[in-house]
Amino acid sequence: MTTVETAVGQAKTMVLNMGPQHPSTHGVLRILLELDGETVVKAVPDCGYLHTGIEKSCEDKTYSQAITLTDRMDYLNPLGNNLVYCMAVEKLLNLEVPKRAQYIRVMMVELQRISSHLVWLGTHAIDLGAMTVFLYCFREREEILKIFEMFAGQRMMTSYIRIGGVALQPPAGWRQAIERFLKYMPSRVDEYETLLTENRIWMGRTKNIGVISSEDAIALSMTGPTIRAAGVAYDNRKLFPYSSYDEFEFDVPTRTDSDCFGRYMIRVAEMRESLKIVRQALDKITDEGAIKADAPGIVPPQREKMKTEMEALIYHFKIFTEGFSPPAGEAFVTVESPRGELGCFIASDGSPKPLRVHFRSPSFINLQALPKLVEGQLISDVIACIGTIDIVLGEVDR
Amino acid sequence: MSSAEQLRAWDKNAVAEVVEYRGETTIVVPRELLRATAARCRDEASMQFNLLTDATCLDRHPYEPRFEVVYQLVCISRREKLRLKVRLSGKDPVIDSLVPVWPGANWLEREIFDLFGIHFNGHPDLRRIVLPDDWEGYPLRRDYPVEGYRDIPVMPLGFVKTSI
Repeated sequence: MTTVETAVGQAKTMVLNMGPQHPSTHGVLRILLELDGETVVKAVPDCGYLHTGIEKSCEDKTYSQAITLTDRMDYLNPLGNNLVYCMAVEKLLNLEVPKRAQYIRVMMVELQRISSHLVWLGTHAIDLGAMTVFLYCFREREEILKIFEMFAGQRMMTSYIRIGGVALQPPAGWRQAIERFLKYMPSRVDEYETLLTENRIWMGRTKNIGVISSEDAIALSMTGPTIRAAGVAYDNRKLFPYSSYDEFEFDVPTRTDSDCFGRYMIRVAEMRESLKIVRQALDKITDEGAIKADAPGIVPPQREKMKTEMEALIYHFKIFTEGFSPPAGEAFVTVESPRGELGCFIASDGSPKPLRVHFRSPSFINLQALPKLVEGQLISDVIACIGTIDIVLGEVDR
Repeated sequence: MSSAEQLRAWDKNAVAEVVEYRGETTIVVPRELLRATAARCRDEASMQFNLLTDATCLDRHPYEPRFEVVYQLVCISRREKLRLKVRLSGKDPVIDSLVPVWPGANWLEREIFDLFGIHFNGHPDLRRIVLPDDWEGYPLRRDYPVEGYRDIPVMPLGFVKTSI
């Protein structure tokens, strides 16, 4: 810790090093705070502690091998990452995904959104001193992870969404499991709200904290709940519908207060909207039907066919050794992740490995607005602001 | 009138090439005109590309011009996307920063500087962002090995490093 003499007057400011090992930085984020008493004069975020070079690794893998890497970027939203990557590859290949697979994708991604918001709500509340909410949120998240385990055999790094569709047929009893979840979840969301929304301490810690205007939010490229709390109805599901989102009825909640409390209310409202989408998806998904596109050479053949048909065996061998080669070109696809606009830019040079894979990660870009949110506020509000941006450091550093 | 035509009407040199692929429009802009073109895209009432969502770079080594810096723009009110691209030679990878136009370009350009070694003129804070300050080389360039330049541990006997 060092102290620095400021140029103006006799006031002394202190530089405080917050993180990288600080529980409320949600991972390994380091922030250099210049403090005047308890007031933040300047904040400089420092990231990169979790840089794993995922984009570089993708260039060394075939298109289908890289799916497992995308799971590990935003570890609270692995299915969303799979989706954006697979959609970018499908766009390069000009591949149409069967409707049933699109609905399954929507349902899984919306469940993922609820689970991600639950982790956010729990950890954000614990940062601000409300222990109980954390336990309740993780109780419900556990139920969602159990559903994922049913579908994919994995709780978190599912890699369930694949190029051309999804990995497996929905398991026996999936409909009942989701029905059960949909039955009790709305009342649980009400429960969180009774604990927090009108809680005097919660309001004191979040209202009028970290305010940003809509012009600044757009100029700083912010997306997601942060920009919607500033009054801009920017949601990729509505503006640029993908994966049949245009067939679902849901609202995009917006507010105008643009403070930490507003962002909290937006996320709670989004959980309710996601439940609505899951309900509609449940009705749309038929019991029978294709879950993968009919594209030999790109989508691996069924196990049974591979064992009995010569052609299928050859395709199987080709896909898992050489891979497939999309035509040379570029594609940029964006989806709405729980944190904002998640994008994937893929450039192909016509070989079985991508020339460049780039992820537009919402956490990374939203994080650069942190100094704007916290400068002039108290040091305790820094924690509230980091919380409401909702960063996942795995995605910031990639 | 499409965005490319509007830009051409404004300055006939602003559009070097227009690529349409899978429903996405890419406008290749000469390096000298990037900042003016970007400001035009944002401010012109009929375009209004007010949100810069992404900026990245790709390396076509060993071909020249080697680097392509890519900016993804969105017009929220008209639901339209546009991609601006600038081609840069490997010998002189310098480009004007877009931070004066969109403050949000700050970290995006720092990331490109960090991983590709492209220099941005007029950037307020051009430092490495994900790698340590003393890192040598630019890892996302195609001539940088995936394993890096550090010592690779010797494989135990019987293991052979393979690649497909």
